[in-house]
Amino acid sequence: MSELRAQLREWRDAVQKRLPPWRSRALAGLLIVIGIVLPFFFPPSSGFMNATIIAVAYAVMALGLNVVVGFAGLLDLGYVAFYALGAYSLGWFGSGFFFKAHVHVLVSPVTRTLPGIHLNFILLLAGAAIICAVAGMLIGLPTLRLRGDYIAIVTLAFGEIIGVVAVNGQSVGVGGGMTLTAGNLGISAVDQPYFPGIGLFDLLNLRPWYWLILAIMLFVLFVNLRLRDSRLGRAWIALREDEIAAVSMGIPLVRTKLLAYSIGAAFGGMSGAFFGTYYTEVNAGQFQFGFSIFILAMVIIGGLGSIWGAVVGGLALGYINNYLIPDVLNGLPGKFGLNFQLTQVEFGIFGFLLVIMMLLRPQGLIPERRRRLELTAKIAAEDSQLMEAQGTIGGST
Amino acid sequence: MNSAGTSAPPASAALRAVHVTKKFGGLDALKDISIDVPQSSIVSLIGPNGAGKTTLFNMLTGLYRPTEGSILLGERDITRARADVITGYGVARTFQNIRLFGAMTATENVMIGHHARMRAGLFGAILRPPWVRREERETRARARELLAYVGLHESVFDRLASQLSYGDQRRVEIARALASQPEVLLLDEPTAGMNPRESHALTEFMRKLRDELELTILLIEHDMKVVMDVSERVTVLDYGEKIAEGEPAEVRTNPRVIEAYLGRQE
Repeated sequence: MSELRAQLREWRDAVQKRLPPWRSRALAGLLIVIGIVLPFFFPPSSGFMNATIIAVAYAVMALGLNVVVGFAGLLDLGYVAFYALGAYSLGWFGSGFFFKAHVHVLVSPVTRTLPGIHLNFILLLAGAAIICAVAGMLIGLPTLRLRGDYIAIVTLAFGEIIGVVAVNGQSVGVGGGMTLTAGNLGISAVDQPYFPGIGLFDLLNLRPWYWLILAIMLFVLFVNLRLRDSRLGRAWIALREDEIAAVSMGIPLVRTKLLAYSIGAAFGGMSGAFFGTYYTEVNAGQFQFGFSIFILAMVIIGGLGSIWGAVVGGLALGYINNYLIPDVLNGLPGKFGLNFQLTQVEFGIFGFLLVIMMLLRPQGLIPERRRRLELTAKIAAEDSQLMEAQGTIGGST
Repeated sequence: MNSAGTSAPPASAALRAVHVTKKFGGLDALKDISIDVPQSSIVSLIGPNGAGKTTLFNMLTGLYRPTEGSILLGERDITRARADVITGYGVARTFQNIRLFGAMTATENVMIGHHARMRAGLFGAILRPPWVRREERETRARARELLAYVGLHESVFDRLASQLSYGDQRRVEIARALASQPEVLLLDEPTAGMNPRESHALTEFMRKLRDELELTILLIEHDMKVVMDVSERVTVLDYGEKIAEGEPAEVRTNPRVIEAYLGRQE
């Protein structure tokens, strides 16, 4: 078994040596081109396009959470809070919800006649990112002094608090008969993105939506890659590995953790803002604890700390959740004469997938380079110990 | 004897602890300790296990706050400064049980040591302007120089720290501490687990550090041969108290020190 593994590794290394050094860039470029032309192969408003859009938006969230959990090693179980806050930023400043106000910035001619606050989508996106980053900092300041499991517990509670505030916000007045949220009724008729020269997006043609979220994901991906190979990225890994040593080497503990937390929050907020406009409403029912775990599962299945892993994990779970289970395999149990649909056992399926992953490939689909090195080193070390043990047996007889 | 070092502190003391006490609950880990580490000297801190040597190190580097007393780096009071700030001021350390970042390469570990001297922040990292690229390149080059300086072979520069041999890990830790460009270097049992030949090499290396980089070195050490060989002054702790201080030869013949190490002679 170990011989086979060593042989495979040898072959892989040999193949990698033959390929030119720019191969990873070429591969990334190719993937981006495929991503851009993808919608032309599918009808503009198919179920598959819808699933793709949601999957890419999930990937954005997975990339955000990966900064917090994967890079900095802060287990955040309340990431849904930033999805909620991002979505609400969009609902507040991009709909007629605050009907007493009349603010319009760079919106379509039709929207310009409506009451409420209406900002251009790019402003909303940036605003959601900033609001979430600031919120992340405020939550993080007292929280991130804690270590390990305590952070998980506090973030978990925070996620729940935001969910409850979202529901009960409908009875919190903000003056003039307006409320903070619309609870489970939802802030609806949220503005759809409008860009001068492109026009207003509509849900009959999903292609522009897809390119929009793809652009957001590429931006987030770029930022992630840049951060990973920087002074800040190194500091995160160091903190994850050994807090005491990192602090003794001059890394400011709270500030560095706060940056990870609020950058992750900002990305979650961007994705949340997109979901707000894509679903055309911001409903308190969307922000459940289960969603935090769902995003975390994407990061873990992809490979904790791995940027490409987060993308693949987000896309994979997105497709499974929104295409494979409801559209493709949903009737499968019925074909076997079983009286249930696959969508009813979604969580069971995800749990099963996680268990399978942990058994077969605990490092994730695309493991982080460091973890890969660690694992191969461990295998090599175990092998050498075995040899040593055999040596002593041979020597004693 | 107890107050020998505190009555007239040399003006050029690089690092001083003044009447420092540390209590953990009801336990006095350190009681009224004063110690001077003169500029460009090598001072050893010795004592039986549990004497409070590492506790003192942790206070000098800001990991613990003294319950009473103060700590001075040159003229600056660093008693209440955070550990990372103290590193910025020019104090670096190694750890008794090596604390490298196992998932990072030797080079990356040393680059972390240089963290406090770098300027790139969040936007520098994302936008990566030319000065950030240059800073990153120079940090990497400097890290490799330092690894060579502490005697590592180039073939292990890009190995994960956790994969390195014990001796190499100790070397990387010293290189990492040096990368922060310290004025004062604290070494916590640097020769632990080394054979006599390696210990001797390290002793020579400490002298070289002092002479070439003009470092002030405070070390915790159990190997008496190393202590007698390298240090200009020795401070002895026992049960959280300073029981002796002076030149190595003086301390070696001090009855209280002998008693602390070997027990009372009846």
